Order: sequence, then structure tokens, then C-alpha cells
Amino acid sequence: MHITVKLFATFRVGRFAAQAREYPEGTRIADVVRDLHIREAEIGTIMLNNRHAEPDQQLNDGDNLSIFPLVGGG
Amino acid sequence: MEQLHAFLRDHATADLLPWPAQTAAAQRFGTPLALVEEAALGLGLLPARYQRNRQAITVDQQLTLFQSRVAVIGCGGLGGYVIEELARLGVGTIIAIDPDVFEEHNLNRQLLSSPANLGQAKVAAAAARVAEINPAVTLVPIQASYAPDNGGELLRDARLVVDALDSIPTRLALAQTCAELEVPLVHGAIGGWYGQVTTQFPGDDTIQRLYSRWVEGKGVEQHLGNPSFTPALVASVEVAEACKILLGLGKTLRHRKLFINLLDMEFEEVKFVRHLVPVDE
Repeated sequence: MHITVKLFATFRVGRFAAQAREYPEGTRIADVVRDLHIREAEIGTIMLNNRHAEPDQQLNDGDNLSIFPLVGGG
Repeated sequence: MEQLHAFLRDHATADLLPWPAQTAAAQRFGTPLALVEEAALGLGLLPARYQRNRQAITVDQQLTLFQSRVAVIGCGGLGGYVIEELARLGVGTIIAIDPDVFEEHNLNRQLLSSPANLGQAKVAAAAARVAEINPAVTLVPIQASYAPDNGGELLRDARLVVDALDSIPTRLALAQTCAELEVPLVHGAIGGWYGQVTTQFPGDDTIQRLYSRWVEGKGVEQHLGNPSFTPALVASVEVAEACKILLGLGKTLRHRKLFINLLDMEFEEVKFVRHLVPVDE
């Protein structure tokens, strides 16, 4: 299935800003995160189709997935 | 009081009260400038310094802002701009909380820092700045770390709390304290070219969800540092949220996170839907 993955801030370094990617049926958000070699502890927000999502959620064909890193400075 | 009111009416130009009249009233009646300002606003007279607020904020709303008490947690990159803007906006009482003194590495971005005040408490610099730019505003400097065990005391009577912290675990604790005190919290965080803002009301858990995967340490700011423009922008968004909450205006970032990417000039909004209560089967 086609998943459009958007990465934000430092997650783009050595990866990409946005990419249409192919994943098998039943893929969860956590699988994509692992596939991209992103450590889960570095993730701030996950957005699936404009809404906040959790790593255990399953993806569907045509989904838009965005991954943001933790930001904590002041 | 009657005499003060008569004096203010006599010295107003239309419905504007010029600053020299405000200071003359304070001197003549031996009254703090803050009380003169509150009396003027109560009479429908707008201190002339706020005249450019007027298309956005009415005299009544200006009085509401003046009678508001807002706590700012952290007086560094975000906090310096937040305090400056709240004071110029006319928020009457600002509680500024920060344990630190200025250091040289603060000079690239922290509004209240200067070579002359290195080594000085950040909250003392905040008090001096507010006294200089808007003497009718009271800044309560508290040189201490916010912590869960003193949070109730530090934030007592605050109508609103603005997060200008630089630590994720302290933010999570602050969100908890604000929930217990039933005070709205405006969250802002920065790192490099990036920043985020959300607004949390009692009972919400957006901030807890933003940091639900945090284990230890800092976010992207650890490696990216903080340039001058990111805190200025994020602080401004936080103050706009604060203003709207105090006045009950517009639409806030409640249940939404605004993610700001100044490197590619992208502004993304993430919606946080409320958790649905599962139905027993």
C-alpha cells in the first residue's frame, strides 16, 4: 500500500522531507519508524492524516504519516 | 477616590489619559501608578500608551488584562520575550519565576540579557525591564526553580501560566500542577529553527501526549541550540494565546499543536482529538 511519509526538523537529515513509500498490508506506524531507523524515544508527535496518532496504530492505503522530533528548549 | 476620578477626567484628552497625567495623578494623590491605571480604565479612560491596542482590545478588555495575574515559568529565551510582550500589552501582574543568572551564552537570544547584567538574576533583570517599559505593571520576581512541591504556592492566584521552560520533565510536572490548580497553561518549546505551541486547559492532556515517549535528556535543542528569531516568534504566539484566553476571544490552540519550521518556512497543525472512553462490551 502507498503511504506518504513526511519527516520534520532533524529527522530529515540523511532521510527526506516527504516521500511516497510502499508498505505491506498490516504495517503499523512503529514499523515505519523502525524502517526509517528513527529511535522512538526521539519522537515527539506522530500525525496520521492531520491527527495525533500512536505507534501501534495500523496504516491504510493512502495514509499520510508525519513524524516530528521532541522539541524542549526555552 | 472621588478627587482622583475628577483629576483623571479633567486631564484626559477625549477618552485618552496621557502618561504625564497618569504620573501627575500618582504623585498628587500618593497612589501607585497601577492604581491610577486601574481607576482610569474603570472610568472608561484608556491610558494613551495603549491607544494602538484599541482596534484589537476595548477599554473594558484593557481593564480585564490589567486585573489579570499571569505566571511566566522561565525567564530565558522564551520568557524574556513573553514578559516584554505581556507588560506592553498591559497585563497588570506578571509573576516571573527562574532560578538562574545571565551567562554569556544567553546573549545571542535572551531579550533581557546584556553584557552589563551578566551574573545578574534573570528575574531581577525582568523586574528592571518592566519597571522601565511599563511602570504601571507589577512584576513579581521569584528567583527559584519551579518544582511540583512549590508549584502550588508559586502559582497561587495566577489566572494563567505561560510555559517558557527549557526542560521536558519540568514541563510535564508543570502541566500536572496546572491541572491540579485548574489553571490554563500555554506551552511553547524551541530548538534550532523549530518550535511548537499548544494551549492546555484543565482536564486536557495534550502536553502529556506531546512528550509521552520522552525517556531522558533534551529534544532537538540539545544539538541545534537556539538562534535569536525562534524564541521571539514562539513567545509571540504564546502571548497571543494568553491574550485570547484572558479575554475569551478568538480560537486558541487547544487540542492543536502548531509546529513551526523556520528553515523551510512550514507551519503544521496537528489535531489532538480527545481520548474516547471505551464502552464496556
